[in-house]
Amino acid sequence: MADFLLEPLEFGFMQRGLLASVLVSVICGILGSFVVLKGLAFIGDALAHASFGGVALAFVLGINIYLGAFVFAIATALGIGAITQRGRVSSDTAIGVLFSGTFALGILIISRVDRYTTDLFGYLFGDVLSITATDLWTIAILGLVVLALVLVFYRQLLFVAFDPTVAAASGIATRRLEYLLLALLGVTIVTAIQAVGIVMVVALLVTPSATAYLLTRRFHHMILASVAVGALSALLGIYLSYYLDVASGAAIILVATALFFATLAVTGPVRKLSNAP
Amino acid sequence: MEKAIEIRSLSVAYSRRPALEDVTLSVPKGAMVGIVGPNGGGKSTLVKAMLGLVPRLRGEVEVLGRPVDRRARRLVGYVPQREDVDWNFPVSAFDVVMMGRVPSMKLLRRPAHRDKELAWEALRTVGMEKFADTRIGEFSGGQQQRIFLARALAQEAEVLLLDEPVSGVDAPSQHEIFDLLRELQRTGKTVIVTTHDLSCVAERFDLALLLNRRIVAFGRPEEVFTPELLNETYQSHLMILKVGDRTVAIEDGRQGG
Repeated sequence: MADFLLEPLEFGFMQRGLLASVLVSVICGILGSFVVLKGLAFIGDALAHASFGGVALAFVLGINIYLGAFVFAIATALGIGAITQRGRVSSDTAIGVLFSGTFALGILIISRVDRYTTDLFGYLFGDVLSITATDLWTIAILGLVVLALVLVFYRQLLFVAFDPTVAAASGIATRRLEYLLLALLGVTIVTAIQAVGIVMVVALLVTPSATAYLLTRRFHHMILASVAVGALSALLGIYLSYYLDVASGAAIILVATALFFATLAVTGPVRKLSNAP
Repeated sequence: MEKAIEIRSLSVAYSRRPALEDVTLSVPKGAMVGIVGPNGGGKSTLVKAMLGLVPRLRGEVEVLGRPVDRRARRLVGYVPQREDVDWNFPVSAFDVVMMGRVPSMKLLRRPAHRDKELAWEALRTVGMEKFADTRIGEFSGGQQQRIFLARALAQEAEVLLLDEPVSGVDAPSQHEIFDLLRELQRTGKTVIVTTHDLSCVAERFDLALLLNRRIVAFGRPEEVFTPELLNETYQSHLMILKVGDRTVAIEDGRQGG
């Protein structure tokens, strides 16, 4: 058994991949709880796709791809907010327009630089085993920033998430906190794109937190459970990908999905019973 | 006498559709005011204007002698309509009441003993201390309203604004909520409530405000609940009948804009 667990760790790329996926799952677990409860899955998916424009541009220009992804994700989040506030189109529509536009820009750019195409496709579908030490540091630092900001503003973020009108009425800077949440979502997505890929980031945000929602009754418990479920999915997923020789990002997501359905099957009737007056 | 709320020539419009026109109003401290009027008559808008939540076209709003700034906001407790809240959120009754302390707490600080004590005291006042750990979605409508009221009390609000606190709440719980508001008024709070329940306002409130975009009348219920003024307020949405020496008002079920 010990051999079974230790064998993959003889390789540096496996160590880095494992560490990176667990880190990313922890960050996603924290933000995912807000995403699930506030219905931000679509905007999360949009920010992930939008960041691809930044990844491609940064790749061509030879700068840090996390920086490019971050700039595009944040600009898209602000753009969605600005277009929606004008009130001419719904936020759904604004999201749809912006994310396909920026994603298409990314595709356009990589279609001109075909010699890099395989590398760039790693960002689309995830390639956690090619993560470098520098990538790992970037993920760790961004994760610490997210964790610190959520801890500092935890009570205010919870108040605004639960009851924005009353929060605003009692003097909380609701608008600023909503933008902070979007910015944190952008950072979180950027950390996750290499681990699971742009196309699947939203699953890592939503699925473990949805499982946690079924299991818990208070918000901080939900965050902790979501972090645990995410980390477990990452661990199991990486080992599965090693022994079955399958794509790591997809393996992580499928483990998370299986855990969700198992939890749903086990807790479904119980939760309904406990809700009865 | 000191004023809890002072409103001068207030007008509010939503994308050019007027919601409130030239409202001037002065609510004395310690009063219990029932705001009645047809749907779309601006009841909720007036409450939100007192909270500084709607943009004003013109006019001024003062709370306890101050413009609606951050300090004034802490002194005003707001209980929103039940439909405005996500009841599936995983928070306990105590979590919700503690939110009332958030505006006064410093970032990063753990809640002080005083914060927790205020939350418990508020839960005791509304009679929900036994259910502190229960998830908010598991309560009945009346219990949810009481917990939200406890949050406003934990905030140390002097003025309580409740928007339709008894809509969708069963009759016994409605009475409990109004009794509770009466008690809070006795402890010196100013209570302002929007409601559809005219008879309840007539029986239990000091002051009634008839509102249909502008103020039709403001005074003691027995003075302003006259067939003429009620007809003017509700126009075609209310049927006023005289039964013996009593005035009976029957509200039309149609939803106004």
